[in-house]
Amino acid sequence: MAQTKAAVPSARLDQGLARRLLTQMQLLRRFEEKAAEMYALGKIGGFLHLYIGQEAVAVGATSVTRPEDYVVSSYREHGHCLAKGSDPKRVMAELFGRRDGLSKGKGGSMHLFDKSTNFLGGHGIVGAHLPLATGAGFAIKYQGGDQVVLCYFGDGAVPEGEFHESLNLAALWKLPVIFICENNRYAMGTAIHRALAQTEIWRFAETYGIHGEAVDGMDVLAIRECVGRAADRARRDKVPALIEARTYRFRGHSMRDPAGAVYRTKEEVEREKQRDPIVTFAERCVKDGALTEADVKIIEKSVSDQVDEAVAFADASPPPEPAELFTDVYKD
Amino acid sequence: MTYREALNLALREEMRRDPRVFVMGEEVGLYEGAYKVTQGLLKEFGEKRIIDTPICESGFTGVGVGAAMLGLRPVIEMMTFNFSILALDQIVNSAAKLCYMSGGQYNIPLVVRGPGGPASQLAAQHSQSMETYFYHVPGLKVVRPSTPGDAKGLLKSAIRDENPVIFIESETLYAIKGEVPEDPDYLIPLGQAAIRREGTDVTVIAYMGMLYRALEVAEELSKDGISMEIVDPRTLRPMDTETIVGSVRKTHRCVVIEAGAGFAGMGSEIAAEVQEEAFDDLDAPVVRITGENAPMPYARNLELLKTPSKDKIAAAIREVCA
Repeated sequence: MAQTKAAVPSARLDQGLARRLLTQMQLLRRFEEKAAEMYALGKIGGFLHLYIGQEAVAVGATSVTRPEDYVVSSYREHGHCLAKGSDPKRVMAELFGRRDGLSKGKGGSMHLFDKSTNFLGGHGIVGAHLPLATGAGFAIKYQGGDQVVLCYFGDGAVPEGEFHESLNLAALWKLPVIFICENNRYAMGTAIHRALAQTEIWRFAETYGIHGEAVDGMDVLAIRECVGRAADRARRDKVPALIEARTYRFRGHSMRDPAGAVYRTKEEVEREKQRDPIVTFAERCVKDGALTEADVKIIEKSVSDQVDEAVAFADASPPPEPAELFTDVYKD
Repeated sequence: MTYREALNLALREEMRRDPRVFVMGEEVGLYEGAYKVTQGLLKEFGEKRIIDTPICESGFTGVGVGAAMLGLRPVIEMMTFNFSILALDQIVNSAAKLCYMSGGQYNIPLVVRGPGGPASQLAAQHSQSMETYFYHVPGLKVVRPSTPGDAKGLLKSAIRDENPVIFIESETLYAIKGEVPEDPDYLIPLGQAAIRREGTDVTVIAYMGMLYRALEVAEELSKDGISMEIVDPRTLRPMDTETIVGSVRKTHRCVVIEAGAGFAGMGSEIAAEVQEEAFDDLDAPVVRITGENAPMPYARNLELLKTPSKDKIAAAIREVCA
């Protein structure tokens, strides 16, 4: 139960896999860069929490699970939703509050849901979705299925009672839930050492007698390996795990905290950007010969086109009909 | 059959009918329920479907919501509704809103049930009316079943409903007896009030313990020629305003009795609805007879002062009919 080292670099990267991972990470990055631009233009309102810097976690973890597996996330969930396979056009339309959005424009940035991909949502109350993930694990076991649940949350959720209630229940009842804490070191503006008496988050697993592990959250291959093992165990033995992915968000907490300069230094942010999961992975792919520099450029271009299409789609989608105010309050 | 047995029967019938239904909560299995509502269920359905939880209301209510997202139909027992405050976020922010926030992709067929309302000398934290916390929330349905027959018919409807239903029973009613239909498909639709006593002079709206108090008062006042019509709303959200207003149009007077504190209570809502819908039919202002605006005291004499007494109800009704 210790920190996983980066995947052994001697293993030559599969070309298809390299392309897939880089494309997905680029999509998440480009999508959100564009979303930030759209926010500045007033096309997106409310809160917008960007995942930029953390892309390796969602992409790595999803890449070692199956389409029928479930994902539950917090309000910083654009990346998890896209990695799970949602159509970027419909995600962007949701951010725009338009009728072709995943939730018909009624959820917004913090409440993406996609039943077609088993994405159980973006949840806005810190810690509250951990019991939901536990419930999904309970239902899988009840129904005799072999799916697993990936539950993403930040370090800010760890002091919440529901983190502990969920780990206890999932361990007690042996449920196939992989709790992935994306430790980006700040809960909004509160540094982890100001919030947690135990800052080695993976160690909480010991308390509940489950597997715990810390992993470099900037290394997509290390995450694949770590989550892959946890998913295999969860599927086979119906056991939960707690993974602490050590990462960093390059942007502020939300668009209302653009610099993030009050609670952390510019130097720290610049230093962390040296660990950029996309840049380092692209370099590695080229060095390994899995991709050429030209391939990387082509990926960037195709992803950028895809995001432009998403924006055009969202912009063309009309706002919801006024009658939608009253639909879906109850199901008949 | 007692009210408690009627609830137990409803749970058994729905669990036999639908394998997706399970019961989860504190002491529901081995202990057979703090109030024995789940007596014998562990024996019949086993540990897979009758699940004892540790004490973590928010955690296991959230488990219910998550399980409902995957198509199960959880019945979550609150040992008492006082403890549901710990799960309020899961009920209000998760269960009630997921259908809406997901644009209808995920609905939550969840029942949260257990006893609530004033009990006997249990003091402030274990003796209070909790329905007000829930019926304000769009996305929730709220039921308060006053008779054994209703307990069965409404609980079965709640379990079959596609939405989260808050189902608040009463410790003081578990032992009462009444007619309970044997039919395993006996359902009372949610959102349908019942006229418990027909009358011509005043419409009195009351449920749970206050309903029985009102029925006694009606008997007493009938000797003096006052004819009370008593309406039991049964479901507080959606509220059967049509039946209430229909009765007021007939009697031209309206009194609401509620056990909970009066400020922003059910009586306030019904008074507003009645004056909006039937102002011209009223011969007198709508009267609220409510619990006092204080926490529930322990001392027996103070406790008796907190909840509307028969005398207080009778006096108020005499006055409105004078």
